[in-house]
Amino acid sequence: MAFSSLNEFFAMGGHAVYVWAAWGVTALLMLVIVWHARQERRQLLHAVKRRVRRENAQRQSSYAQSLQEPVTSAQKDVHHDA
Amino acid sequence: MWAFINKLRSPKWFYAISAKLQPLFWVAATLLLLVGTVWGLVFAPADYQQGNSFRIIYVHVPAAFLAQSIFVSMAVSGLVFMVWKIKVADMAATVMAPLGAAMTFVALFSGAVWGVPTWGTWWMWDARLTSMLILLFLYLGVIALRGAFSSRDSGSRAASVLAMVGVINIPIIKYSVDWWYTLHQPATFTITGRAAMTMDMWAPLLIMVLGFYSFFIALTLMRTRSEILRREANKRWVRELAEETN
Repeated sequence: MAFSSLNEFFAMGGHAVYVWAAWGVTALLMLVIVWHARQERRQLLHAVKRRVRRENAQRQSSYAQSLQEPVTSAQKDVHHDA
Repeated sequence: MWAFINKLRSPKWFYAISAKLQPLFWVAATLLLLVGTVWGLVFAPADYQQGNSFRIIYVHVPAAFLAQSIFVSMAVSGLVFMVWKIKVADMAATVMAPLGAAMTFVALFSGAVWGVPTWGTWWMWDARLTSMLILLFLYLGVIALRGAFSSRDSGSRAASVLAMVGVINIPIIKYSVDWWYTLHQPATFTITGRAAMTMDMWAPLLIMVLGFYSFFIALTLMRTRSEILRREANKRWVRELAEETN
């Protein structure tokens, strides 16, 4: 170990500002990059899901209309699809 | 061989294979970066001239390596996209650019901070520093150019061309310290030739470099997958997949 105490470690032999600024900015940026990538993935998956749900609903309502029957019978089919 | 190239064309195949590879690289990146950080910050001995400020090398050198490697990867992806029209290559190039810019920034910032106690200045129009600054502008140019077209394909082709032309800057960065010997020290890290530092300083640097590369691969796989979700949202397999995942 290059340091004999925790204080000595944080002081970095008088170079604390430089060492911790360089390491801190690097670590922070890399964490933000990972956080952003996770958010991005989550949002994109949600967007696809929302779209599929919306389009299924549209398809079902037009299907119900084309049958020109009470909506209840069409809704039974809906449950099979989902 | 052609079967393999044809598979590469398929985003669906890439999506499946990258799901398996990605965790390996995340685990490798986490372990290597943790070990390298503790070794570099706590256990490596202080430099006899620079004292503890030399510990900046453990973020500065890996970031500078990545900054250049990512640009080359981006140019190669651009070439693959232009020649074989492989969409996944263009998606990978898209997500590489911001990370490359971030790494160039880290290299420049950590270098500037390191320069204060070591050179007495945070900036000089030294050849290495200037060519790295140009690299940052090239990254920003590639990102801006991609977004500047109303058609995605035009943007992709323009970004690919700029990446392929801009790659000329990479050998200039590499040899700048030999051609114009000014302020920046020559390479500390050579594959051939003798090590410029002792083993206990050099080993954590190697570990950090490997950690940064693993991070790059893991993140590129992850974000290329996201890019597939973005661009192929209308494909049936993407819809089915989105339904399955929570």
